Amino acid sequence: MSIAWYLAVSAIVFALGAVGVMTRRNPLVVLLCLELMLNGGNLALIAFSRMWGNGDGQILAIVVMTVAACEVCIGLGMIVAIYRRNLPIDVDELRELQG
Amino acid sequence: MSAVLFFVAAIGVIAGAVGVVVLRNPFFSVLALVTHLVSLAVLFLLLRSEFVAAVQVVVYAGAVMVLYVFVVAYVGGESDSIGERLRGNGAHPPAIGSGLRLGGAVLGGALLVELLIALLGTGLEATSGDGAGYVPGPKAFGTPAYIGNLLLTRFLLVFELASFLLLIAAVGGVVLARRRGGIGEEDEHEKFVPLDMRRPLGTGTMAEGVGSRRS
Repeated sequence: MSIAWYLAVSAIVFALGAVGVMTRRNPLVVLLCLELMLNGGNLALIAFSRMWGNGDGQILAIVVMTVAACEVCIGLGMIVAIYRRNLPIDVDELRELQG
Repeated sequence: MSAVLFFVAAIGVIAGAVGVVVLRNPFFSVLALVTHLVSLAVLFLLLRSEFVAAVQVVVYAGAVMVLYVFVVAYVGGESDSIGERLRGNGAHPPAIGSGLRLGGAVLGGALLVELLIALLGTGLEATSGDGAGYVPGPKAFGTPAYIGNLLLTRFLLVFELASFLLLIAAVGGVVLARRRGGIGEEDEHEKFVPLDMRRPLGTGTMAEGVGSRRS
């Protein structure tokens, strides 16, 4: 298969993740959709890495996975803290910072 | 053979992604993401990056998703029910919510078109090929030996920074999800700061006895 097919799949996954981030209201699902966007980026990185026969893209993909794991850790911690304070788990309701 | 495998895995990847976005129950969203990740690992294998595929399955589909499942089970699987209940009470007219949803979908479609133009319309000749040459072997492109060699020589700084980032994230997660406190009110008692070590004068400390602390 040519590299262009993989790039098309990565673009579709990224756009789907973006739609999810914009439309869903549950912060858990928003985090899942962020993972989708990161995975789309990872697939493009690895496809380009294969295209050039160079390992740098794979290293960058592993770093992206690390950052995604950190983001999940912090995000889920915040969701648990929100739940403990009995606030609504809904990104549309949590708008105290919105000026 | 590889074409068939590619299409099966790509359908799995896209179906998983659609499932994450459209399923109402967050638990099913997590399961759809697991499907997505495993199919994505197959795509990584087709792109000759075995180590990244293994990391994807073990770390992502194994560890991170377990974290998600636990949090979904703890917080409760209510998806959009809170927002809908408020909307039923008239806090949010339903027209605005569905309009925003439609707008999000339109924006996502525009993003997809733009990305496809950017990625496929570049005219790069290499994207229509199968990629660079590949010679199988114990230290070939994408094997653990290859990745480890790169990580410990050329990308050593990145490697160390990633480990620091993981440490900071672990500490932050523990602090945020503590039983008391979190982002809420702080503990009133037992707060030790270094300034508390300074005692008022004349309380008979050893420092005053030896005269190292002037009045």
